[in-house]
Amino acid sequence: MELTRYILRRMVLSAFVVLGVTFLVFIVAQVVPSDPAALYAGPRPTAEQIEKARQELNLDAPLIQRFAGFAKAMGTGDFGVSYKSRRLIAEDLRAYLPATLELAVFSTGLALLIGIPLGVLAAARQGKWPDRLGSFGSIAAVAMPTFFLAMILQLVFAQWLGILPLSGRLSREISVTAPLSMMTGFNLIDALLAGRLDAFGDALKHLILPALTLASYPAGVAMRLTRSAMIEILERRHVTAARALGLSEPRILFGHALPNAMGPALTVIGLSFAYALTGAVLVEIIFAWPGLGRYVSEAILAKDFPVIAAVTMVVTICYVVMNLLIDIAQALVDPRVALS
Amino acid sequence: MPLLNIRNLSVAIPTPDGDVHAVRSVSLEIERGEIHGVIGESGCGKTMTGMAALGLVPKGARIAADRFHFDGEDLRENAARLRGRRIGMISQDPAAALNPVLSIARQMDDVLRAHRDMPRQARHSEAVELLAATGLPDPERVLKSYAHQLSGGMQQRVVIAQALATGADFLIADEPTTALDVSVGAQVLALLRKLVAERGLTVLMITHDMDVIAEACDRATVLYAGLSVETGPVHDVLQRPGHPYARALLAALPDAAPHGAKLEAIEGSIPPPRSQIDGCAFAPRCPQAMPVCALQAPPERTLAAHRWLCHLPEGSA
Repeated sequence: MELTRYILRRMVLSAFVVLGVTFLVFIVAQVVPSDPAALYAGPRPTAEQIEKARQELNLDAPLIQRFAGFAKAMGTGDFGVSYKSRRLIAEDLRAYLPATLELAVFSTGLALLIGIPLGVLAAARQGKWPDRLGSFGSIAAVAMPTFFLAMILQLVFAQWLGILPLSGRLSREISVTAPLSMMTGFNLIDALLAGRLDAFGDALKHLILPALTLASYPAGVAMRLTRSAMIEILERRHVTAARALGLSEPRILFGHALPNAMGPALTVIGLSFAYALTGAVLVEIIFAWPGLGRYVSEAILAKDFPVIAAVTMVVTICYVVMNLLIDIAQALVDPRVALS
Repeated sequence: MPLLNIRNLSVAIPTPDGDVHAVRSVSLEIERGEIHGVIGESGCGKTMTGMAALGLVPKGARIAADRFHFDGEDLRENAARLRGRRIGMISQDPAAALNPVLSIARQMDDVLRAHRDMPRQARHSEAVELLAATGLPDPERVLKSYAHQLSGGMQQRVVIAQALATGADFLIADEPTTALDVSVGAQVLALLRKLVAERGLTVLMITHDMDVIAEACDRATVLYAGLSVETGPVHDVLQRPGHPYARALLAALPDAAPHGAKLEAIEGSIPPPRSQIDGCAFAPRCPQAMPVCALQAPPERTLAAHRWLCHLPEGSA
């Protein structure tokens, strides 16, 4: 009951966030010093061509009317066409978004799988060598520039050891000779749906290096946050009480302290997912990953505003949905959250 | 043979500014089936004595004792094993003693699983039974709840049920009623008395409240500045306190003062926990102090089962 009301409240708030971003995106488009009509009209346009483009894009209509049109288009998922390529943006997104989401979800999961257990271990062995090593590692992971780490990983695992592919999403043998039929756009899932274990393994191999690169920073943050939350919780009275009740130390650590520390850890998921979505730009370029990051960075250079707006909206929605899920998860983990 | 037998226990906690003498010299003999009160003001070492018996002293703390036995086993070596098996704890603040994010069912089940080899279903009915034994009216509903959904009295009953779930026969109750309303506190004390009578438990009751001693305990030990200064049957300790500190404590009770009169207070404060004590620890505050009190540790005075440490001869109060 409390939980349902809490979820509804969070959903309404999320809707406002999306609306707010829509408004911001629209306003930014108005103040950016570039003429969309001139871009749309193609290279070296004449005055008439620009005028025609202006009419086609309905740029002379009143601001409110255009915002309404923009919001409605965004709401229905009709993102219009790219000024540059004249392709339907919605279609481009269908191809690129799953690639980025796959990378973001995988790297976020990797970050948590690495960061949280290390944080628990460091807290349990506070001041001893696992803690010191973990703390050093987490600082290194956070401080390492993405492009540098990417190149090191490529050098070691692709060049020297040759056990992982250098870049791309699938090997040519798969993508050209026996392509996967696109169902969800997530290669791992499509491969499983098609029962293609070879393609699954290939997609997984391609994922590892870019995902590790993206996971480095959030894994470091997750480790630090989990460690400090655990240290604080291990001091609490109920942990002493659990010890006095004769529970085993692993049981106390993972059963009675980690659930309390999951609040901060869950917050990291939201942050690191957002980081993965935006951080993907650089990583996708380095690893030739055909995702949103590459798509939008080209659009930014070309001032292709509808594409930028569409990607911004999509990333916003992904982020908002992710945070909504985290809020719900937090309420499930800690029943007091829904009350506040 | 006493169940808990402590002779001259000391607990020192090293700090950069020197050792903190949390417990200087405490002797306790707790017989099977009794509720033994340990009373003293904050900082007198009563909680640390309990923690030492549970083997839960802070890291680096040094424990020394002439005797530190539970049922014939040395607690210095066996505290970790006995804790949760024979020795249970009921802490001061039940709200803090329960994990806020785990259901009561999970927390009860964890304890049962750690100590009893039973299938899941049996553990559930055992949990229901234990909660019912502590006087909770609707155990099934309590099991589905979280700590914040229960009242303080209900939380304390859950904590007691957890302690029972371990199968412990000796409970260390650290101010079990302090966080509760007076009437609820009285109910919890009555429950402990009942459990002692029904299940043959033994309870070490740590408190700063003379009323708790009077209401629930069979015998009592008075602690001052980490020293046990007086011990005996509750009746003797309360009616004929031997140690001047125990007398001052009783005189300080609001009930002892005539209506309208200024309340008695003990002048001065306890010796700082880092200091060395020569002579009697209470001498600087004692209204009957003599020159010898500051120089020599007081001898033990005995009157049947009633013992205290004082330079004053018996019957001179």
